[in-house]
Amino acid sequence: MSDLTRSVGIVEAQIAEFDTPLHLASGAVLPAYQLCFETYGTLNAARSNAILICHALSGHHHVAGRYAADDKAAGWWDNMVGPGKPIDTNRFFVVGLNNLGGCHGSTGPSSINPATGQPWGSTFPVVTVPDWVRSQARLADRLGIERWAAVIGGSLGGMQALQWSIDYPDRVAHALVIASAPKLSAQNIAFNDVARQAILTDPDFHGGDFYAQDAIPRRGLRLARMLGHITYLSDDGMGEKFGRMLKSGDYQFGFEVEFEIESYLRYQGDKFSDYFDANTYLLMTKALDYFDPAKDLNDDIVAALRKATARFMVASFTSDWRFSPERSREIVKALVAADKEVVYGEIESVHGHDAFLMLDEPYVKLMRAYLNRVAEEVNA
Amino acid sequence: MSAANTLRADLQLIADWVAPSSRVLDLGCGDGALLSWLNRHKAVRGYGVDFDVNNVVRCVEAGVNAIQGNLETGLAEFEDQRFDHVVLSQTIQAMHNTEQILVEMLRVGREAIVTFPNFGYWENRWQILQGHMPVSETIPYEWYNTPNIHWCMLGDFEALCAKNGIRVLERVVMNEEKRIHFLPNLRGSLAFYRVARQPG
Repeated sequence: MSDLTRSVGIVEAQIAEFDTPLHLASGAVLPAYQLCFETYGTLNAARSNAILICHALSGHHHVAGRYAADDKAAGWWDNMVGPGKPIDTNRFFVVGLNNLGGCHGSTGPSSINPATGQPWGSTFPVVTVPDWVRSQARLADRLGIERWAAVIGGSLGGMQALQWSIDYPDRVAHALVIASAPKLSAQNIAFNDVARQAILTDPDFHGGDFYAQDAIPRRGLRLARMLGHITYLSDDGMGEKFGRMLKSGDYQFGFEVEFEIESYLRYQGDKFSDYFDANTYLLMTKALDYFDPAKDLNDDIVAALRKATARFMVASFTSDWRFSPERSREIVKALVAADKEVVYGEIESVHGHDAFLMLDEPYVKLMRAYLNRVAEEVNA
Repeated sequence: MSAANTLRADLQLIADWVAPSSRVLDLGCGDGALLSWLNRHKAVRGYGVDFDVNNVVRCVEAGVNAIQGNLETGLAEFEDQRFDHVVLSQTIQAMHNTEQILVEMLRVGREAIVTFPNFGYWENRWQILQGHMPVSETIPYEWYNTPNIHWCMLGDFEALCAKNGIRVLERVVMNEEKRIHFLPNLRGSLAFYRVARQPG
């Protein structure tokens, strides 16, 4: 039952095309678009057992399983989603998608704009969390899912789960909001802006239209990822893993890679800049910055959440300083004030913000217990 | 386990004090047995609060909404007068900020229910006379490993209430499963109080 090694196996990505224009928060209109998604498990006859997984900044639709038996890596949440796992694909029909503006198959800045025959690049509109949620609702319509048994997400994904519960109260039975926040703090926006500046000032960025120049703003992306990565780990976790370990045993008195942490960050940065789109990175950080479901309600998050009918699970991690437990407690406080049902776990972990992707035992137990409750409710 | 229809005797007494369909906050809720019973038999709405994530998990398993939190730092997650009843069952004696939690309970709730082992119980006094800190059914710890740091007797608790403008609405003292009416501070091992703010 607690076998965490089993997998959904070989999976395949699918494309859903939408030709009804999507009106975005910015005022821009996306005339048509496609969403790339994957599904695992089986939708039951009552269509009541569907779970939506919303991804974070650099995530995508490939949540679990492998495309080929010899794929090195499985989907990004394969440790949590699969047969017998907390998000149990024997019981639930799980949907993962790549958000609009992404670079993994859904329409985004690197896609071709049919109106011009060129990549969207700098002309791709800024998308917000509510925009994403609307596009996800259309995907739900397409899949015949009237109401999600649960919408689940960590970090930026948790914001989407929260937004779902507010914008489509009748379509979400449970929202699981993990390592998230009701809106970003000034410090968080500051980190995002440094990352954006790294990309925007890279000479290879070409104002966002680097595709035609056959250039990739690698340096910017790399710096953005390195900075981000520091904020996803905790000081203790980093210390435990790398300490002051040197690659060659002694100081070299130069500026090449010396400390193991430098080597690790540069490797992560290089790897990321190989596959991630710079414009997507900008868009994702903007979606984070703009997220504020209380903005149009005199900053009253309680008023925003009052509309929700979902039940909530909120979880945070003690060493997460990017989205600290205090931020999750703000959500809990608002939910209680709005008279909503909520379970809150504050998980002891050294893994920092990344803990939502790890398997700290109390986290796994809480997810399993909560989702078991969800499954029983929908007879999954 | 928590889904059982019979509740531990001391929790049953608390449950009897809770009005149907009321809002309940259970502090130090453990496995959620009280709230689970109240949900099913009295249709209450409410939350448990517990410091231990494993208890939060047990509550979820019992269908109870639990919020992980530290009572010592107050009840900041809860607005004023959100609840009809705030329960603190056999926990106050183990808290550092005893006075603060009592005040906080009546900030967030209309009524508080507080239960604690009565240090004035004769068996405890007898063990002290024999030269030892008491160990009994209601206080099953040795002095060196006890979580209980703030012992009190009935009169002490009532004095703390009076000091904070809190009035006692009802008091029950029990020994095992029997109610004690005669010499309660001597013969009772467990005290139950229903308290509220003084009017005005």
